[in-house]
Amino acid sequence: MKMDIAVTVNGRKYQARVEPRLLLSDFLRDTIGLTGTHVGCEHGVCGACTILVNGDSVRSCLTLAVSADGMDIVTVEGLGTPDQLNALQNEFRDKHGLQCGFCTPGMLMTGMDLLKKYPLASDDEIREGLSGNLCRCTGYQNIVAAIRAAVGLRDGSVR
Amino acid sequence: MKPAAFDYVAPSSLEAAVAALAAADGDGKVMAGGQSLMPLLNFRMARPSLIVDLTRIPGLSFIERRADTIAIGALTRHAELEFSELVAKHLPVMAAAMPHVAHLAIRNRGTIGGSLSHADPAAELPMLAVFYDATIRVQGPDGRRDIAAEDFFVSALANCLEPEEIVFEIEFPVLTSHTGWAFEEVARRFGDFALACIAVSLGLREGRIADARVAVMGVADTPRRLREVEASLRGTEGGPDAATKFASAVRACLSPTDDIHVSAEYRKSLIGSLAEKAFATAWARTAGVRP
Repeated sequence: MKMDIAVTVNGRKYQARVEPRLLLSDFLRDTIGLTGTHVGCEHGVCGACTILVNGDSVRSCLTLAVSADGMDIVTVEGLGTPDQLNALQNEFRDKHGLQCGFCTPGMLMTGMDLLKKYPLASDDEIREGLSGNLCRCTGYQNIVAAIRAAVGLRDGSVR
Repeated sequence: MKPAAFDYVAPSSLEAAVAALAAADGDGKVMAGGQSLMPLLNFRMARPSLIVDLTRIPGLSFIERRADTIAIGALTRHAELEFSELVAKHLPVMAAAMPHVAHLAIRNRGTIGGSLSHADPAAELPMLAVFYDATIRVQGPDGRRDIAAEDFFVSALANCLEPEEIVFEIEFPVLTSHTGWAFEEVARRFGDFALACIAVSLGLREGRIADARVAVMGVADTPRRLREVEASLRGTEGGPDAATKFASAVRACLSPTDDIHVSAEYRKSLIGSLAEKAFATAWARTAGVRP
């Protein structure tokens, strides 16, 4: 039996009638057409589908759309625009923190939450924080460098 | 993959959740954070006819100090435990373990009640419940009952709950007389399930070990408290040199098996190394040394 849900995504309100089994990742991509959130493994291992729910990073493939009813969601489309990237996106561009780009939305959304919650004093700590996000291009070096630079901006020290 | 079809309810009380589960006649499944259940649904390894989502029930997410315990609501998320000052102060082994629980995005959703109920033999929270001798409180159709953590875990991914029972609170005794502790874990990738893991805590009296707590996981089909090892430590002088003997004692009471990741021999060797390191760290902490 389909159910009505109302969610806020990137500041915009959406209402939809969905099947209970619909994954939040598929709701975002197929129901409301925000394809920036990528779907890799669909069992919570690759991190490509990571979004922010009420400010916290969450795997959208491990969340039902119905259980997100009433929640405030931010996807990669909500971070910045092509003309005006947000600070972390900017560092990813500057440091070449992406190759094919498939993992990038998940890396960015995870990065946003890591920057909010952890000191990220060392590259080891950044790598541990990113351990749930896979980059099959294996371009981790520059992803870590981009987050390191964003930590510098956050903490007011230029590196 | 995508889950098979199911019906979904999100009741606003524990009683209503139990009733919904009972009405599903064994074919319902409880979901809290969903971080263990969703992969099973996506793989269609679980195909319940009904999902009972607990997350709309108020009052089940809390961390509070009681007399000599810390009580934790079943819907408390892993990240809340990770960043809790109460946990850091009174349950230091839990505080040390929480960063090892999966990854931040999983910790933001996963709950303690869910992790315990899922009963993965290589997950941190079931082991911590056994280590601290926690009491797991559950609600069923006929009321509430308390279950000791050691009785709760029956085998890999199996607990002792009746189909319509739901965990609503876990109470962790504080090890007030203990002054040294350690938590050691090795996984293939940081945040993955443990290949082997040990927690040790020591309380001294007049320079000797008066009380010891030892638990392991990843090396048997349930987390295990090693009471025989604890007893062998009691009354001994401890010291850094006792770490090797401790490691042998830990190894001697375990018989891990081969699996897809590593051989039984490797796992046994690994738990010994971790035990040695953990004992040395715990002992150093009793002398006020911060590793």
